[in-house]
Amino acid sequence: MEVTLKDLTKIFPGKGKHAADVVAVDHVDLQIPDGCLLGLLGPSGCGKSTVLNLLSGLLAPTEGKIFFGDQDVTDLPPEKRGVGLVFQSYALYPHLTVLQNILFPLQNLRGKDKLTKEEMLQKATEAAKLVQIDTLLDRKPSELSGGQQQRVAIARALVKMPKLLLLDEPLSNLDARLRLQTREELRRIQNETGITTIFVTHDQEEAMSISDLIVVMKDGKIHQIGKPQDIYDDPQDLFVAKFLGTPPIDLFDGYTKDGKLWIGEEAVMDVDGDYDGHLTVGIRPEGFVPSQTGAFTCGLQRLEVMGRDVSVVCQHPFFIGDTFRAIIDSDDIPKVTGSTIRFDLKPSKVYLFREDDEQRILFD
Amino acid sequence: MEKKSPKAWLYLLPAILFLGAFLVYPLIDVLIYSFEEGYNSASQTHFGIGSYNYSYVLRDPYFLQAVKNTFILVIITVPVSTLLALLISMALSSIRRLRELYQTIFFLPYVTNTLAVGLVFMIAFQPTAYTDGLVNGLLSVFGIAPIDFISGPYWAKMFVLCFYTVWVVLPFKILILTSALASVDQTYYNAAKVDGTPAWRIFTKITLPLISPTLFYLVITGFIGAFKAYSDAVALFGTDLNAAGMNTIVGYVYDMLYGTSGGYPSFASAAAIILFVIVLTITCINLLVSRKHVHYH
Repeated sequence: MEVTLKDLTKIFPGKGKHAADVVAVDHVDLQIPDGCLLGLLGPSGCGKSTVLNLLSGLLAPTEGKIFFGDQDVTDLPPEKRGVGLVFQSYALYPHLTVLQNILFPLQNLRGKDKLTKEEMLQKATEAAKLVQIDTLLDRKPSELSGGQQQRVAIARALVKMPKLLLLDEPLSNLDARLRLQTREELRRIQNETGITTIFVTHDQEEAMSISDLIVVMKDGKIHQIGKPQDIYDDPQDLFVAKFLGTPPIDLFDGYTKDGKLWIGEEAVMDVDGDYDGHLTVGIRPEGFVPSQTGAFTCGLQRLEVMGRDVSVVCQHPFFIGDTFRAIIDSDDIPKVTGSTIRFDLKPSKVYLFREDDEQRILFD
Repeated sequence: MEKKSPKAWLYLLPAILFLGAFLVYPLIDVLIYSFEEGYNSASQTHFGIGSYNYSYVLRDPYFLQAVKNTFILVIITVPVSTLLALLISMALSSIRRLRELYQTIFFLPYVTNTLAVGLVFMIAFQPTAYTDGLVNGLLSVFGIAPIDFISGPYWAKMFVLCFYTVWVVLPFKILILTSALASVDQTYYNAAKVDGTPAWRIFTKITLPLISPTLFYLVITGFIGAFKAYSDAVALFGTDLNAAGMNTIVGYVYDMLYGTSGGYPSFASAAAIILFVIVLTITCINLLVSRKHVHYH
């Protein structure tokens, strides 16, 4: 099912007498294609969970509309929207077994949707099989590991075959290894069911790895929408560039003059654009190519060899921050002598941003 | 298990001494008295040993009346007060405005002096030279003849006693239940809402099980408290409860020791042991029932 947000706004009244109102979601327009796995990405407090709650109907928007397909659901209560919601804390009922938890939404069905006991059991078992917890049905949630509880929560959200599945920080309560495993699992389950799925995360790696589409949000506004790789390769502004990528993008103070990009005293690259003046230069860590004759000279601090690739930890007077990292292939570890290292830059990994509004400046 | 260490016993010593002297020793002593016929506390003598004390007490019409009164009191006030407290605390949790004010009002009786409460009930129920009492005044509006709640028919007196007991125990239960309800994680309700759970089902399948440990605690302490009722009856009907026909088991024990017809520690002990057995039995039944319906997590 296609989901459309039109001019969606949510304002929370400020708490206390003189507190200002909080604009959690600020005039958001978004169209989510049918069957898409969408990652809603942003730092905490950016309004992504509010968007999720607006979609589920637990919150009512201050302004704007929500459409499921062609249907306007803005004023529908949660139970009429047919969404499945997985909470960050899973919210499994602690006094019910896994099976009873999964059955719970089915037992709520009334009227023409009412199911017989056998039908319910069958659907619940199917959902449990899908998330591979069908051997744990008689356990209580407290007897399960975090990852298993997570699966039960997903099974409970899926058992009614919702038109839209919402997941709030689904992996944040899992340890690092389980997180990797579970996110693959999430991708598999979404592929198998084909249900339009939206998940909220502050972890860009998580969003990058499994999403069909990523929406990057900050301060209630959408900064960029796109496929993970496109957003990484083509960030529209400084915030998006900074937020995506590990290690993060390296930022320098620089300026353009006469078709050259200058960082400090060095003209590091040719740029072909009509912008002359100061700007912020963002270089992806993989955009540095060590070279004896490189145009960009940096102070070398140390090398960190991590198997496949090498981090070169460097310093530069115009770097914004302390030290920065360049990632290079372990095959071409440079022969370093002295305390400086020279790089050539890959033009496709260099981004220029205006200093005032942090928007990207395009160049050839 | 850790190895037994003398240090552990040292730490336990104060509690053991205290409980031993003031709880275990008297309990055993009472058990012994209850089998010693005609025990005299002044001369520390008795005639013989046997079950005569029990057979006397169990045949004493005053004791049987006290047992009946106590059981009626327990059976009526425990469920009524718990249900009422649950209803009121549910209502309190669902309102936003002035919640603190209402909570304070409902908790006031708990911090009010018993004598003041007794006075309120006297004004409400006791006839004086000038009026038949507030409640009778109300009843007369509906054309009902005045009822003597303090020295009238048995059911009227029992009604007042139950009413009084419920009123006195309610604030504490409301306080405990309100905090239990507040401690239920809101996300459970959100999850239920998204799944379209009807309000009644949310209450029976989520709220009740999640507060069941608290509820169970209130029921058990409620039972024990009601079985030990005595002062409430005295406050309402005076010290000669046997004459008023409103005695309780604890009241009977007290009368046997110190009352106008008192001076029978053996009979008092037997009655006390019978009460102990009753409370123990009921508590065990409660515990058994709770295993199935109370969810600790």
